[in-house]
Amino acid sequence: MAQGRPKQLPDASGRFGRYGGRYVPETLIPALDEITAAYAAAKKDKAFQKQFRDLLKDFVGRPTPLTFAARLSDKYKRRIWLKREDLNHTGAHKINNAIGQGLLALKLKKQRIIAETGAGQHGVATATACALLGLKCHVYMGTEDMRRQAPNVFRMRLLGAEVIGVNSGTHTLKDAVNEALRDWVTNVESTHYILGSALGPHPFPMMVRDFQSVIGREARAQILKAEGRLPDVLLACVGGGSNSIGLFHPFMKDKSVRFIGAEAGGRGNALGEHAARFSGGSFGVFQGMASYVLQNEDGQVMGTHSVSAGLDYASIGPEHAWMRDTKRAEYLRCSDERALAGLHLLAESEGIIPALESSHAIGILDEVAAKTRKGAIIIVNISGRGDKDVAEVARFEGVKL
Amino acid sequence: MSSGSGVRSPGSFKHGRSAGSEHKTASATLSEKTPDSGHRTPDRTNRITRRFADLRADGKKAFVAYICAGDPHLDATVDLVVGMAEQGVDIIELGIPYSDPMADGPANQAACERALASGTTVRGVLDAVRRIRARTQVPLLFFTYLSPVLAYGAEKFATDAFAAGIDGLLSLDLPPEEGPEFLATMRAAGLATVCLSAPTTPLVRKKMLMRESRGFLYYVCRLGVTGERAELPADLAKQVKALKSVSDAPVCIGFGISSPEQAALAASHGDGVIVGSHLVRLIEKHGKDADLVARVAGRAGELARAVHAVGV
Repeated sequence: MAQGRPKQLPDASGRFGRYGGRYVPETLIPALDEITAAYAAAKKDKAFQKQFRDLLKDFVGRPTPLTFAARLSDKYKRRIWLKREDLNHTGAHKINNAIGQGLLALKLKKQRIIAETGAGQHGVATATACALLGLKCHVYMGTEDMRRQAPNVFRMRLLGAEVIGVNSGTHTLKDAVNEALRDWVTNVESTHYILGSALGPHPFPMMVRDFQSVIGREARAQILKAEGRLPDVLLACVGGGSNSIGLFHPFMKDKSVRFIGAEAGGRGNALGEHAARFSGGSFGVFQGMASYVLQNEDGQVMGTHSVSAGLDYASIGPEHAWMRDTKRAEYLRCSDERALAGLHLLAESEGIIPALESSHAIGILDEVAAKTRKGAIIIVNISGRGDKDVAEVARFEGVKL
Repeated sequence: MSSGSGVRSPGSFKHGRSAGSEHKTASATLSEKTPDSGHRTPDRTNRITRRFADLRADGKKAFVAYICAGDPHLDATVDLVVGMAEQGVDIIELGIPYSDPMADGPANQAACERALASGTTVRGVLDAVRRIRARTQVPLLFFTYLSPVLAYGAEKFATDAFAAGIDGLLSLDLPPEEGPEFLATMRAAGLATVCLSAPTTPLVRKKMLMRESRGFLYYVCRLGVTGERAELPADLAKQVKALKSVSDAPVCIGFGISSPEQAALAASHGDGVIVGSHLVRLIEKHGKDADLVARVAGRAGELARAVHAVGV
């Protein structure tokens, strides 16, 4: 990474080095310009920021605790802390961004909201924010994901959202993003698209990162208070990359702090069997951004596999691509099997059932611990709770409920 | 299969704000007959540019047809293009099939899926273009998302496409400011780089797009993805007038046009009309029929005649 003061990223054209940008149909450019301007204004608007902070506190229940994991610490001979995003209202970090963008939609005077969802957590978060703020909500979700995450589909409907099944392509998250983009191109004048991860065209990667940075800001203050020093490692799962960038970003200038992301290693190394963009992907343009993409030699985007719907995505947020190239962050693979072992480990040793996504971070704790000295401080982001996954885990393990 | 680990070099696909100056030095009109100065000059007058000049001389508007290459297979694509050219279609847009066509509606999505299922690759499409060129000189334009072009390598793609007989390129997901060097590479190879404008585009941006576009400007006449619609939008005349106030470069109108009547009406506002999904649906319906080419080319001919009947 750059020496001295890191420069402000993204740059004015929405790039993190060669990654990012706005690769969208012409129709959307004015909407992206409008959001960029509105977001820049909201960032400086004290009333907006206060409203955001107040809702995070009074509605979401922030700050979330930083929990010392005594048994895990004992097992790995490291000091392991858990950032408890699972304790947020709606059960995951996604609500931070949904509230932020929901408030922005009010500023943009857009009454209709669309969103994509993979695991359903972002869909639930958006449906919740819309109910709270009085906005109409439509959520696109791949039909394969609807099957895997049936309880979340019903939760969204209970919250008054319309869930629209997506049957094109691979019936998963990337196809839901395509459909959401198609809806947005059609209804751009009345509609704001609450993109759920730190990806897509500028300014979404920046804006989502900023709304999620509350995770890292809290964690930084909490660990300094608890341990009197900065952590050695931050560890988080990386799908699109919003929980991880939210944790990492406030530590960007703390060069002694290592960032480690856990990608979905799925069930094998062949294309289509995993969602590990940094070991099987290559430079490309996909869904509005330049980044690493799991694609074939003809630039066709490949299907992915992960036990976790939230990590099942063929590309990754552009800031992660940049951090990987500049070696500011490193990314490891966690297979389905290790993720499931991670879920059991956290459940049995700490009394916390993590989401399958977050279980990928726990699943590689042994590998991460081996990269550090004894007594090192490791913060693991528990990005969501596992309630939504209980039935899927049972199915995966052949247990009849 | 992927090339494995590591980042594929994107060739000339680089990003930089410095490229803005290239915009300014690039000459200002769409109808110019010489490629941008400062680049290698291909020794061929662009067929798209020439076609618009000829049509203007005859007092006619252009009819542009879109089909997806490889739908239902590349042999059919070759015959469809030749058939449509014989029926009087002025310019043909060939879609390069892509796994995630986010700006396309259901008809074109399904066409992409059929084309990919039939094993269509960029190399295969280029080979089909060579076969087309042995039979017709109709102007040909690639209509594509960036991903397949980047994977092939932008510079190699530009050279190979031009050598095969392609005259232009329209990148659906590349607003010009995102890839000035990419566009310069295409132009240097001799390809006319067509820009899109939309109903949401503000005037200052319309001006930029008119300046940036080569061959013609594609006016997406309504919000939304590709696909047939019953009515023409109410603001069509006003929008095209705003574009034409910038320069007299050709403006073609597309998105949702499906009948000879609509085509004629749209043609009266601009310099040409583009029909895609409507023809693609015919291919979907008759893809396996022996008279596929006759049906699609016949319908394209009806649309072309309706457009040609509109005086300038």
